[in-house]
Amino acid sequence: MEETSAQQAYVHAPPEGFLRKYVFSLDHKVIGKQYYALGLLAVCMGMVLSWLMRFHLVWPTTRIPGLELLSKAGAPGGIITPEYYLSLLTMHGTLMVFFVLTNAPFAAFGNYFLPIQIGAEDMAFPRFNMMSFWTTLVAFLVLILAFVIPDGPPISGWTSYAPLSAVGKDAGPGMGWGMNLWGISIAIFCIGSLLGALNFIATTLDLRAKGMTLMRMPICTWAWFITSCIALLAFAVLLPACILLILDRTAGTSFFIPSGLVVSDRLQPHSGGSPLLWQHLFWFFGHPEVYIAILPSMGIVSHILINSMRKPLLSARVIIYSMMSIGFLSYMVWGHHMFVSGMNPFSSLMFSFPTLTITIPATIMTLIWVGSLYGANIKINAASLFALGFISMFVSGGVSGFFLAQPSIDIVLHATYFVVGHFHMVMGVASIFGVFAGTYFWFGKMTGRMMNETLGQLHFWLTFIGTYCIFMPFHYLGLVGNVRRYSAFVNDFMGPLMPLHKFITIAALCTGAAQLIFILNLIYSRYKGAPAPDNPWNGTTLEWSIPSPPPWNNFGGKHPVIYHDPYQYAVKGSKGDYIMQDSPEPSAG
Amino acid sequence: MRTPPSALGGPPPSAARVAKVLSGSGAASQSGIWVGIFAITMSFAAFTSALFVRQGSGADWTHIALPLILYANTLALLLSSATLQMARRSLAAAPSIEPRAVRMALGWLMATLALGFVFVGGQYEAWRQLAAQGLYLATNPNSSFYYVLTAMHGLHVLAGIVALALVMGRIAARGAAFRKSSFEATATYWHFMGVLWLYLLIVLSTKL
Repeated sequence: MEETSAQQAYVHAPPEGFLRKYVFSLDHKVIGKQYYALGLLAVCMGMVLSWLMRFHLVWPTTRIPGLELLSKAGAPGGIITPEYYLSLLTMHGTLMVFFVLTNAPFAAFGNYFLPIQIGAEDMAFPRFNMMSFWTTLVAFLVLILAFVIPDGPPISGWTSYAPLSAVGKDAGPGMGWGMNLWGISIAIFCIGSLLGALNFIATTLDLRAKGMTLMRMPICTWAWFITSCIALLAFAVLLPACILLILDRTAGTSFFIPSGLVVSDRLQPHSGGSPLLWQHLFWFFGHPEVYIAILPSMGIVSHILINSMRKPLLSARVIIYSMMSIGFLSYMVWGHHMFVSGMNPFSSLMFSFPTLTITIPATIMTLIWVGSLYGANIKINAASLFALGFISMFVSGGVSGFFLAQPSIDIVLHATYFVVGHFHMVMGVASIFGVFAGTYFWFGKMTGRMMNETLGQLHFWLTFIGTYCIFMPFHYLGLVGNVRRYSAFVNDFMGPLMPLHKFITIAALCTGAAQLIFILNLIYSRYKGAPAPDNPWNGTTLEWSIPSPPPWNNFGGKHPVIYHDPYQYAVKGSKGDYIMQDSPEPSAG
Repeated sequence: MRTPPSALGGPPPSAARVAKVLSGSGAASQSGIWVGIFAITMSFAAFTSALFVRQGSGADWTHIALPLILYANTLALLLSSATLQMARRSLAAAPSIEPRAVRMALGWLMATLALGFVFVGGQYEAWRQLAAQGLYLATNPNSSFYYVLTAMHGLHVLAGIVALALVMGRIAARGAAFRKSSFEATATYWHFMGVLWLYLLIVLSTKL
């Protein structure tokens, strides 16, 4: 023990040199920012892809200048072919679900704030943490490679249903190497996510500061913890599924390909496989993935709402128990994606029941948020606006879930724009609103400079109104029978829907353009924003007890001791109206 | 108020904490390894359920006779768990142990590593025997699952071998003051590889 020195007592030594500080960093805060940057890059790409799709849907013969440079075969003369439309759709879904909705609310903010909020110096395994980011980055690059290869990206959608995803290039353009890259990318992504989830769980269980009992953790810490438990199970199943898919494609096995399958006039040399097996494995991952995307945002939003209302929620515990039951139930509902897949109708019934049950904890949470808001004097700023926007999106998108959960109604609505509207609002936009809220709330802590409030509120209103304009009409389109994944609406009965489609496209282009305000705000505030105080929002949790931005070892070598539940607001007799978690002051009692 | 970063030195850590960090955060690596074991279990559960579904979906499921060498491999892997336990016993009282105990432990670990290589080599030999019978990855669903499951397990054992070699290197370099937590975590993982293999052997021998 002769090497006893102060340096040795940290989880890792202070970073030295550019590479260790900013690139191959072991610091959870740098890794969190790296995830955020990757999410931002992916969301920009995904958004441009959706613009291209929307543009093509309503102006199918108008040339998009320069698009032929992206793919000569897919967009000859700047006009998207039906197959390339599907390629764009696949890449849009894959980028958004994996690299945005999983990375930004969970991996980015979780990495940055989970260790700080529990009073730890870093994650339990900093090296694994670094590896999980770089693995995810490799997965991203492998996926993007599909744009560059002559084959182009796959056309199978983000769900990659077998057997067409398993048979190889007979299934269409992009289904050769493009599809291989997709499978490899997602398999690598699984490994990165598993490493990350393992780290989150071990950190939360073992690195909590003295006095930080589980029930004293902030709600968002709980959300990241529960999410990492879900992710651990979900990605552990998607990885085997991807391995089997890749083997079917490259090694001639027949896990997912049935006998006598003829694709592109060619009898496929496989036999006996089960296409439904892929759907079962995929959705066993896929449905929990929805909660991986939304739970962190629920946590972030609760955290911000409490701070903006200056009073605790009606019950933080019930929120935590609700998130746990959502996590638990999320593993029993995967079959509701498969009502029309030809599985036994009795199975549909069995999957419908827990699906409707899952609305109960979701409703309880919504009632707690709304009930707590009743009579609250909420401080309006960009962060709290996006938190309120989250609740709005979650409710509007969630209500359509009641319909889709019932097999008899889903038979009509399946594979229509109704479903697209539902999941974009409840999983996509709601989760992204949580990320926006978190960004406006924590940017000062992360960079040492505050974001511009005026631009932030402008960004909120344009985005809030814009997303409703885009996704509300989707429900209507679905109800009248507009099917999804078609690149053109050639049937006569769809003609009258075109004005609505044009409206959606224009709304999408405008809302997308409004995101430039956010990007500009990020860049401007990073360099020119007002300096951030340590505790700009008078918050109570540990991230506000340290400087903005925090030093490399978070608490400067000190070890915080926790005396209180996380949200001691509106406390009479204290100096402010709040008590920090690590303040020895007596609590409200 | 913005605190200048220079004021953040903080008090030096207590001797107890330094000792705890030096010995590695034992609790974290134990829960880390159990969480990892949970994830691996889940993956193999997914493979197993795929096997059941696939068995029911096609009429092409035929029995294949497992190579007898698998049982010798099983014995080697179980023995390696025993030798690892012997090493753990020698190191139990670390860091206050004699250099002789460290040398003994290194010997047992060497035996564990050797048995691990015997297992992996034996699994490769089993593949060769199956291939000699004309049973390849894509020959029929049974052989597909055989190769996939044994390959996945083999990869995990190889990872265990790498971890074991790293831990041995550290013990050799630092003597009694090695990082006990990573040794314990590696040992837990290695035993789990044995348990997992027994499970797979039961699945393979009853289902293929």
